[in-house]
Amino acid sequence: MIEASTEIVFNKRVAKNTFFMGFRSEPMVNVAKPGQFVMMRVRSSIDPLLRRPFSICGVNGDVLLILYRVVGQGTAILSEKRPGDLIRVLGPLGRGFAFPGKAVQPIMVAGGMGIAPLIFLSLTLARKDQHFLAGYGISAEVVPPDQLGIVGLSPAIATEDGSQGHHGRVTDLLESVLSNAKKIPSAIFTCGPLPMLQAVRRIALGKSIPCQVSLESTMACGVGACQGCAVRKAPRFDGAYAHVCQDGPVFDAEILDWEVM
Amino acid sequence: MDKPDLSVQLGALNLKNPVLTASGTFGYGREFASVMDPGLLGGIVVKGISLKPMVGNPPPRIVETPGGMLNAIGLANVGLEAFLSEKLPWLQKLKVLVIVNIYGHSLDEYGAVAAGLKGVPGVAALEVNISCPNVEQGGMAFGTDPDMAARVTERVLRETDKPVIVKLSPNVTDIRVIARAVEKAGAHAISLINTLTGMTIDIEKRTSKLANGSGGLSGPAIRPVALHMVRQVVQTVRLPVIGIGGIREARDALEFLIAGADAVQVGTANFVNPGASLDIISGIEKFLMEHHIESVKEIIGTLKN
Ligand SMILES: Cc1cc2nc3c(=O)[nH]c(=O)nc-3n(C[C@H](O)[C@H](O)[C@H](O)COP(=O)(O)OP(=O)(O)OC[C@H]3O[C@@H](n4cnc5c(N)ncnc54)[C@H](O)[C@@H]3O)c2cc1C
Ligand SMILES: Cc1cc2nc3c(=O)[nH]c(=O)nc-3n(C[C@H](O)[C@H](O)[C@H](O)COP(=O)(O)O)c2cc1C
Ligand code: FES
Repeated sequence: MIEASTEIVFNKRVAKNTFFMGFRSEPMVNVAKPGQFVMMRVRSSIDPLLRRPFSICGVNGDVLLILYRVVGQGTAILSEKRPGDLIRVLGPLGRGFAFPGKAVQPIMVAGGMGIAPLIFLSLTLARKDQHFLAGYGISAEVVPPDQLGIVGLSPAIATEDGSQGHHGRVTDLLESVLSNAKKIPSAIFTCGPLPMLQAVRRIALGKSIPCQVSLESTMACGVGACQGCAVRKAPRFDGAYAHVCQDGPVFDAEILDWEVM
Repeated sequence: MDKPDLSVQLGALNLKNPVLTASGTFGYGREFASVMDPGLLGGIVVKGISLKPMVGNPPPRIVETPGGMLNAIGLANVGLEAFLSEKLPWLQKLKVLVIVNIYGHSLDEYGAVAAGLKGVPGVAALEVNISCPNVEQGGMAFGTDPDMAARVTERVLRETDKPVIVKLSPNVTDIRVIARAVEKAGAHAISLINTLTGMTIDIEKRTSKLANGSGGLSGPAIRPVALHMVRQVVQTVRLPVIGIGGIREARDALEFLIAGADAVQVGTANFVNPGASLDIISGIEKFLMEHHIESVKEIIGTLKN
């Protein structure tokens, strides 16, 4: 974990309300793992006060990459940063994805900005037999990998309004990949809105495929000091909580209590 | 000019500088250790410890508010036993002053936690969180009633061999009444303030943004309230006082010292800037040098009006 003032190298719009930012930090690049995140201090004033968490979307040389959507004040301020601006970053934080030894046909299922950590994972796994499925609301939100300078990654797209790719949900794509698969895939990795995670987890459970989910929660510290980012563990853990920033953000789906999420 | 003397005295406690980290905002001391050296602190107040482990409230537990945040963590902690076996050994190696924040849901629980920490090496003092609901009295917080506050103080004093700091709740009509009651009960020092109760609503869902309904407000937004209460208490009791509330830079800490606090605690600011407490220590030092003041003790309680 490193806390540093870093230089923004670029910050460009890549889709509707969606920005791709790179900032220079060799020490963070050297230790960053797929699924980990950073806490960014978007401004030094007290408004907004707390840092904002973002998944690491990849690395390029000594530059760490994030992909984010503008949803409120903090992300709006972030979107106005220019190359050369300095920003304080704490990271890399949390536990990333675990790679099963001989992952056969790993499947990545992304919803919206959930694509960010899965891009890093996919590039790191670098398996020819992987499937990358990405769901969006509308085509304007679709993030084309070439906009991120990534070659050789072409996710299957689903949009809910049918304006691009499959008309429907990303979980429809997952069902069809699974029903066409010759071998049972050995892992599903997913990140996105909660209802989507719930659906993916249900499908994975039905086929007995280990499923790793990357979760979000409100965070203050990002390091396990405040206990603010609690998620309930499965009933066999007697109502205990896990902490997204420390025990996650990536969890084995069966550790969690999906009834109370 | 030589470097100024930053040490302060809190009754029997010798602090190498007047800056501590506040309970619940610095974990068990270790969480931020890779990005700042906690050994440089005047002291660490650990997360509130109860007799048994507590899982805490359902999420969402935190929400940001203008210049601050609300939390309803629900005093989640590992419990006394795990604190002693898993958390304290690391802190003991650090050679930093460790204050254990304790709480209970009944007088007996407060007493039992204090007894469990009796004679434990590496625990310099107890800080008693009296903002906790009393289950035997319909959930009213111990700290809102002078009589209950005094009884908790007496009970903890009876069970411990360590200095006892009582941490006051600001959610009262007149904080001087509570301060007087705990002084009379024998407390060695007072710290204040704990969080101010508040809430915030999601207007689309028409639900509180915290699963618990209400939460405790902390951060820069509460600083003027905290400072005023510290001033009131300093003018009321003879005990050493630790000022807490919204401190994020040296100038904030200096306000509390000038108002009469002997030391300060830094809370929410740790989340924003893990190095905040160390920056505050060096900032106080710089201020003293610029003003040719040899010891931080010379500015404590120097408010002129
Ligand atoms: C571990 C982790 C990784 C994340 N990775 C990414 C990422 O790679 N890209 C990305 O765009 N976002 C990511 N997020 C979400 C991101 O942190 C929030 O969108 C951001 O903090 C919102 O800040 P704001 O000030 O713009 O919005 P606020 O003003 O704080 O809130 C505006 C709106 O956004 C919603 N919101 C706020 N925080 C979150 C949150 N944590 N999750 C979902 N909705 C939220 C609020 O409910 C509100 O409706 C991640 C969150 C976590 C916990
Ligand atoms: C997330 C969080 C958890 C806290 N937990 C405790 C606790 O366990 N015991 C306690 O006495 N105070 C607790 N507090 C209160 C702080 O120690 C402090 O009194 C308060 O936050 C005001 O200081 P600040 O504005 O600098 O944060 C907590 C505060 C926060 C924000
Ligand atoms: S965000 Fe503070 S413990 Fe996870």
